[in-house]
Order: sequence, then structure tokens, then C-alpha cells
Amino acid sequence: MTSAIKNYFNDVGVLSLFIARFFKELFIPRYEFKEFLKQCYKIGYKSIPLVAITGFIMGLVLTLQSRPTLVSFGAESWLPGMVALSLIREIAPVITALICAGKIASGIGAELGSMKVTEQIDAMEVAAINPFKYLVVTRVLATTLMVPLLVVLADVIGVFGGYMGVNIHGDMSLYLYITKVFDILTFSDLLPATIKTFFFGFFIGIIGCYKGFNANSGTESVGVAANSAVVTASLSIFIIDMLAVQLTDLLF
Amino acid sequence: MVAQQTLNNSTEDKNPVIEINNLHKTFGADNHVLKGINLTLNKGEDLVVLGKSGTGKSITIKCIVGLIKGDEGEIKVLGQDIMNLNTKELNKIRVKVGFLFQSAALYDSMSVRENLDFTLRRHNADISEEEITSEIEEVLESVGLAEAIDKMPSELSGGMRKRIGLARTLILKPEIILYDEPTTGLDTVTSKEISELILSIQKERKTSSIIITHDMACAKLTADRILILKEGVVYTEGTYEELEKSEDEWVRSFFI
Repeated sequence: MTSAIKNYFNDVGVLSLFIARFFKELFIPRYEFKEFLKQCYKIGYKSIPLVAITGFIMGLVLTLQSRPTLVSFGAESWLPGMVALSLIREIAPVITALICAGKIASGIGAELGSMKVTEQIDAMEVAAINPFKYLVVTRVLATTLMVPLLVVLADVIGVFGGYMGVNIHGDMSLYLYITKVFDILTFSDLLPATIKTFFFGFFIGIIGCYKGFNANSGTESVGVAANSAVVTASLSIFIIDMLAVQLTDLLF
Repeated sequence: MVAQQTLNNSTEDKNPVIEINNLHKTFGADNHVLKGINLTLNKGEDLVVLGKSGTGKSITIKCIVGLIKGDEGEIKVLGQDIMNLNTKELNKIRVKVGFLFQSAALYDSMSVRENLDFTLRRHNADISEEEITSEIEEVLESVGLAEAIDKMPSELSGGMRKRIGLARTLILKPEIILYDEPTTGLDTVTSKEISELILSIQKERKTSSIIITHDMACAKLTADRILILKEGVVYTEGTYEELEKSEDEWVRSFFI
């Protein structure tokens, strides 16, 4: 028990140093733009279908589930606003981030883990190439920038899914639906929800890289790195969300 | 001890490129792997290091390039004590010291061309595209694999991977090359080809090499001098012929 607690705090300390190293390396040339763009493509563009499908289903299902309750209060006209608000403030950022944790953090953890096991990271180091800058900085920057964009996409498609859900039982024009959505939404709904997604993206990237970069030798550790990256990144998303919501509650 | 004295005497008047004095390394609480290694590599020399698995051969060469930090002792590479260098200074030395990994450690996500381009471009900021292409083609020619330029590492055989790994090392024109079991996992014919390649590189490029191997055919072909490690220290050293005729049964057991 004592050693488990000791290991936990040791892990937190090493992760903090890893994060500090990221910010240090971020500003020192050489800048790996090509690799950064490649990672943006892999992390952002390649995740679009998954995020789009889940975003659409989130909006549709949320509308269908909420409708009976609102109908019983005679408040069916609130449905577009309520769905949009729930999606944009909470559901789309968290669900999209969790999907990204599953897809991206595990991918990065496994990729860097296998590079570590097969000595590819060591090979970069002995060739006097900074593997942290090439592998970690580019991936963490890409996740930090791509996850918010994916969340915005999930927001838009989720709201559209809500429109489809509304029209399963009723008849509402798209114009009226969008008007009702924007009647409810304010700047203070959009801004904090978007800001927190940058933190989600950052932690998805940094945890995936940290777990992969520090994988032990042996093929088993690649699986362990990938699995551990998903679990830790998912947990960190909930913790960041809790802190962000508390802070938003105080400020807005 | 006697062997150590001989080693020191024999290298006094030569030009050492690597000098290791009393190197110690312990992993964890009690896994004392290196217990005072003393080693000298002279300019233009091929030094083969033999020893049972777990005696610290790979750890020693990883300490030379700073992949593993020794606990105690001194490692001088091209006159600089690498245990007291910062990362920037260490990287300047690393460019001059090539390292061929046991697994070749090719970057899986890159083609052969990209593996070489990646390494070359990061050390030559002003190099033109034409120069990069010609350097890559030249180094691939020298390892006899010009046709593999656009292949992915997954499409290469074990021997080809080793050759490309060597090409990636050679593209930086190192003065010293460290080979970590270059023929392990290869068939006899390919092993001989790799050993001959190591020898020809040393002759053509005037490099100095440390070759860690269990392959006695490779040792016979490449070694100017052989050093045998036992339980974390240098047990003995000499030429292939000298050690083959050694009266020490344990030393002779390597040559059977």
C-alpha cells in the first residue's frame, strides 16, 4: 500500500517534469513543422468520421430522451435550446474528448511505446536528434489544437442531430430550430466550454506521449502503455471538467 | 589484472579515440553490472568485445554514447570526458560516433530514403535537395542496397535492415562506429557479408570500431584485438590467434 502511494506520487512528479520539459522544448528551435502538420492530419482529419457519427448520435438521442419530460410540462418548444445548451456546454466536449482519449492517447502511447521498445527513440538520441522535440512536442501541440476543432465539429453535428430528433415526432423548420438554439446560447456558454477543450487536448497528448516515452522494455509494455494512456487520459478529462465547471460557475 | 596491465602498456604510444577507466554501473539496489571496466580503442582499430550474455557489453557501449549514464569512472571519447558534458556538448560527440543497434532500430514509419534523409537533414541545415539525394544514393551504394531506397523497413529482410541501419550511421560520416551484435539473428552467409562490410567500411573510411558479438566468425574476420568481459570486468585481451591458443579453458571455450 505504502509503495503504491509512493509510486503514484513518483509518477505525478515525473509527469510534471515531462510537462515542464514540453514547455521548455516548445520554444527552442528547430521547429518540426512538417511532423506537426502530419500529426494534425492523423489526429484531426482522421478522427472526423468517428467524431461526426458520435456527435450526430449524441444530439439525436439527447433530443429523443429529453422530449417526453418536456412534453409533460408543455415545454416542447424549449427542446432545441436545451439540447444545444447541454451539448455545447458539457456533453459534446466531454464525450468527444473521451473518444479522442480512446483513439488518440492509446495510439500515441502504443506508437511511442513500440518505438521505445525497438530502440528507435534511442537511435534518434545517439544520432544527436532530439526525440522529445520530434515526437512529443509535435504530437502534444497537434492534440491541443485538433481536439477543440473536433469538439466544435461535434457541437455543430450534434445540434443538427437534435434537429433530426425534433422532426421525428414533430415538424419544425431548420430556420426556426436554429433561431431557437441561438436565442438560448450566449457567449458565456461557448467560451468556457471551448477553452476547456484545449486542456483536454493537451492532457490527451501529453499523457499518451508520457506513457509511450516511458514504456519499459518488452512487447507487453506497449500494451500496458496504450491501456494506461487511455485510462489516465480519461480520468484527467473528468478532473479537468470538474475544475473547469467549478471555475466557470464562479466567473460567469 | 595482468591483462589490464598489458592493455595499458600496449596503448600508451598509440592514439586512443575511446578510453574508459574504472567504469561502474549498478541498476536498482544490487544489480552491479559493470564493476570497473577499463577499455581503450585506438584510432583505426577494430576492437571486438566478447563475453557471456549479461556481462555488460551492451551497457558499456551505451555508456560511451551517453544513452546510459555510468555511476563512477571516466569515459573519454575523442579526448572529451562525456560523463561531464551537457546535452549540447554530448550531441557534438554523438555525431562523430555511429551506433548500429542489434535490431537496426530503423524508423518504422519512414521509408529507407526518409530514414537517411531524416538523419542527414537535421545535421546539415543548409544542404540542398540535390546534395541530400546524392549523399543518400552514395551511402546506399556503399552498403550494397541502392535498390532499396524507396522500400519501407517492414519490406526488408534482417540482413537488409542491418545494412540500412549501417547506412544511416554512415551518412553522418562518423569517426567511430559501435556495433551491438551486428550479426545476431542472421544466417551464416548474411553474417559473413555483414562482417565483410564492417571490415571494408573500416578500411575505406578509416573508422575505429567496437564490435560486440557472439559470432566468432565475425570476430575472426574483423578483430584487430579482442577483449573478453567476465562478470562486469575485463578478463583478458589479445589478438584472435593469441586468445585461441590461450591456456585458460574458459577463454578457449569461446573459440570452440
